[in-house]
Amino acid sequence: MADDDVWEVNRERDGRDAPFVSNFPKKGAVGQAFAPVAGFGVTLRNFFRPTVTEQYPRVKTPPMPRYHGRHQLNRYPDGLEKCIGCELCAWACPADAIYVEGDANTPDHQMSPGERYGRVYQINYLRCIFCGLCIEACPTRALTMTNEYELAGPTREGLIYEKQDLLAPLGQGMLAAPHPMAPGTTDGDYYRGDVTKVAQEQIDWVAEHRPDDPTLPVGVARG
Amino acid sequence: MTATADKAAAVDTVTLTIDGTEVTVPKGTLIIRAAEQAGIEIPRFCDHPALKPAGACRQCLVDVASPGPDGNLRAFPKPQASCTMTVTQGMVVNTQDTSPEADRAQKGVLELLLINHPLDCPVCDKGGECPLQNQAMSHGRSESRFVDVKRVFEKPLPLSSEILLDRERCILCQRCTRFSKEIAGDAFIDLQNRGAMQQIGTFSEDVLGFEGYGPVGVAAEDEAGAAFSSYYSGNTVQICPVGALTSASYRFRSRPFDLVSSPGISEHDSSGSAIRTDHRRGAILRRLADYDPVVNEDWITDKDRFAFAWQNLDDRVTRPLVRIEGELVETSWPQALAAAAEGLRTAMELKRKKGIAVLPGGRVTLEDAYAYGKFARAVLGTNDVDARTRIASDEEQAFLGATVAGTGLGVTFGDLEKAPAVLFVAFEPEDEGGVVFLRLKKSEGRQRVATVAPWLSRGNEKLGATLVPAVPGTEGAVLKKLPADVEKSLSQPGAVIVVGERAAGAAGALSQALALSKRTGARIAWIPRRAGERGALEAGALPGLLPGGRDAASAKARSEIAGAWGVPGLPLAPGRASAEIISSAAARGLDALVIGGVTVSDLTGDVVKALKKTGFVVSLEVRRSEVTDYADVVLPVAPPSEKSGTFVNWEGRLRSFATAIHTDALSDHRVLDALARELGFALGTATVAAVNAEIAGLAAVASSDRPAAPKVSPPAKPAGPIVLSSWHQLVDESALQDGEPYLAGTGRVAVVRMSAATAKKVGVESGSISLSGATRASVDLPVVVTDMVDGVVWAPAKSPGSWVARDLGVEPGDPISVKGGFA
Repeated sequence: MADDDVWEVNRERDGRDAPFVSNFPKKGAVGQAFAPVAGFGVTLRNFFRPTVTEQYPRVKTPPMPRYHGRHQLNRYPDGLEKCIGCELCAWACPADAIYVEGDANTPDHQMSPGERYGRVYQINYLRCIFCGLCIEACPTRALTMTNEYELAGPTREGLIYEKQDLLAPLGQGMLAAPHPMAPGTTDGDYYRGDVTKVAQEQIDWVAEHRPDDPTLPVGVARG
Repeated sequence: MTATADKAAAVDTVTLTIDGTEVTVPKGTLIIRAAEQAGIEIPRFCDHPALKPAGACRQCLVDVASPGPDGNLRAFPKPQASCTMTVTQGMVVNTQDTSPEADRAQKGVLELLLINHPLDCPVCDKGGECPLQNQAMSHGRSESRFVDVKRVFEKPLPLSSEILLDRERCILCQRCTRFSKEIAGDAFIDLQNRGAMQQIGTFSEDVLGFEGYGPVGVAAEDEAGAAFSSYYSGNTVQICPVGALTSASYRFRSRPFDLVSSPGISEHDSSGSAIRTDHRRGAILRRLADYDPVVNEDWITDKDRFAFAWQNLDDRVTRPLVRIEGELVETSWPQALAAAAEGLRTAMELKRKKGIAVLPGGRVTLEDAYAYGKFARAVLGTNDVDARTRIASDEEQAFLGATVAGTGLGVTFGDLEKAPAVLFVAFEPEDEGGVVFLRLKKSEGRQRVATVAPWLSRGNEKLGATLVPAVPGTEGAVLKKLPADVEKSLSQPGAVIVVGERAAGAAGALSQALALSKRTGARIAWIPRRAGERGALEAGALPGLLPGGRDAASAKARSEIAGAWGVPGLPLAPGRASAEIISSAAARGLDALVIGGVTVSDLTGDVVKALKKTGFVVSLEVRRSEVTDYADVVLPVAPPSEKSGTFVNWEGRLRSFATAIHTDALSDHRVLDALARELGFALGTATVAAVNAEIAGLAAVASSDRPAAPKVSPPAKPAGPIVLSSWHQLVDESALQDGEPYLAGTGRVAVVRMSAATAKKVGVESGSISLSGATRASVDLPVVVTDMVDGVVWAPAKSPGSWVARDLGVEPGDPISVKGGFA
């Protein structure tokens, strides 16, 4: 009841019965005469302006260099993964879009330098808000963002990107993991960038354990 | 200053001022504890309330001033470690909150601690729950000034297959070494070397990296020669304030923020230790000790901690199975229940009844055991229900009914700890007691411990126990004529006689224990091995005992329970014990069997044959097993982490636990309720609350309704020239430790022990020997000549290569033949 009282009082104060007065300035006689066609002025003006329409998807415009696009899990120059499965990205994520499970590297299965690697790595792009806090959190620069922005799909499952979807492709001279670390190096050397190419020992190891590996250099025995 | 629930006597107090707040605490309190009481947090690493003060990390430095002889306040010249200094009257303490000097000192200490710390938090298992990480953030400098090269060690260093040591991360707080010395008594690790190279290590020259630095004392080694073989080693991982000690099974598995923690009770032994189950997405990742001052204090055994994988192995039964044309086929619950009910009804309506039996197994909760007992008696109309799938006897049942069941809280952990004298009868505190050992270890030197056993095991040795030699089977005769000093020590007020479940295998032992208790006034504690034993006893899942310890032979007790259950009467025919049930089933003497969590290889009888020859078998199981292989209907039940209920621990304390992981798995009591409903009977055990209400509604038991105490005279001589002694080692190959290879690696190597004279008699002094028992296979193991009773051969009950019950078919105390001499 009290609310109704207030309502009434307000209506009273707002001048319920006063006539409508527009705040726009009243036009002169000429203005009033052209008023019915004045709107075409906007159309005419734009005939002479440059076209800004983007022809997506026929023409794809590259975004700005620091655009926050799809994530990428990077590799070291010898092909070992940078991700150590520490889950700091998952911890930093405000949208709970990242799921990681770590595991231990073993001599037979060395995926990244050091003791630990990310066995499971998922980013749910239905949740991701592309804020980039995960990138800031990553202690090994394993996780960065690409400029790829075409992240739509017909299924929910398809938008949960797995590790193989996120891993950077093997670059020139890289050897697919798993393989041992470069001889005589530590994870610190990798982190500081002291490992710049694949060592012969690593090639030999892969040639011995996976002779059919397509990333082996040409000339190394296959099969 | 471990807090216990024991009532504190009136104590002298002192009053001091901490950060301007006046605090009154008992005399002898450490400054750091007094500050805790005042709600002031002082950073610390080495300090742990259950361990003796060490002052190792120096993180808790505070400014202290105390009144001198003239009464004037005199400040200490430097900040003092608050974890080692006790309070005095009128003391004035200024922590980092009020004293810039203390704050500066703490920051300096933390900076020094971090100098050689690798700061590999992203790959460290402790990251996110690390006291070093947290306190470096809250009390440390914001920037490191250290630019030099850090000390490096090889990492990780496996102390055992389960415990991994990372010496780079270690801040030398010595919590682990103090724990292993003071609490567990397994001093396998210690500080080694000096200065920057100081490190925690095992007594191994490889670890030290140079020769000539052997340990001061003799390094204790078990037969495997393995270091750090402790049943309690997992506790060091939990108390490590950095990530220096980690466990192999949890290594890199998850982060604290991923985990949901649920409190629970361990299903592994009768202590009912409080545990915390950490799970992620419905999968258990680890278990930790929960603090329970009256039971397990801060500690649990490695079995409690690491053995949880069995619940979620690939062989888990998730849907009901029904045997159709010889094959077990997955079906729906209604179909499976109908099939089970049909089979049981057919057996019940047979013209020439041979009998129906129920074997719940020893690992069920109180509620489950109650449902099994009620199902057997009220629905199936039989007293053939026995949860004791182990060595058992009628004497034991009478003993349990007369003195244990329905007596509520008897001897407690606290009583054991304070007892001036303790006598073990057929009980191994470390192997069969778990945390019982830790409580007794606390009183080492303050209590007289004696054990009636064939030899002094390592656990008993650590307790400083006196051996009262006894050949298995003759414990009763030994108890009759105990050495005078042992008997005298038991007459002290508060003395306790602990009888283990194996006492059932020695005729007269329990009768004589009661007689001894009467003679000396010592109280009796019965400590079985499995978690469900005491609950099954209380719930009446024994052939001769109704709920609360009522004698099933007493007409009054029967009518009382029948009235409570709303049935016309309870069965009259005396029930058979599990061994009889199995042997009669093997001789086609059983129409149907309802069987719970029973591990076939734990039993001496031919269970497989029994299952084959039984007309209809309903199995309530978590996993596929030898029982489910022969069952006609398999009804899946929930493992402990997926159900709620109550374990009754050996003290008689109710240890209720809630569901940790919510799944659609059903508890045994709920399944039995549904099965009874299908048979047209309202069992009333659908929920834990319903069962508890029903148990609570039963009246107190009159002593006339209990069975009479047993009076069995013990045999004077052993059963044969060489008899078997055997018990389950804590870490062995029991079904609840499946799927955990890291834990299995910490178990002790299986050996056969015998005295030098026995070895000579059988012609084996080294190499391995072959034991053979009543039937079937043999057990071939290396021999260790031990200082022990002659005419006895000891072998672990279920260790690798030594499955005594399955392979020898004999129980402790039975005669055994030994062949040997092949190296």
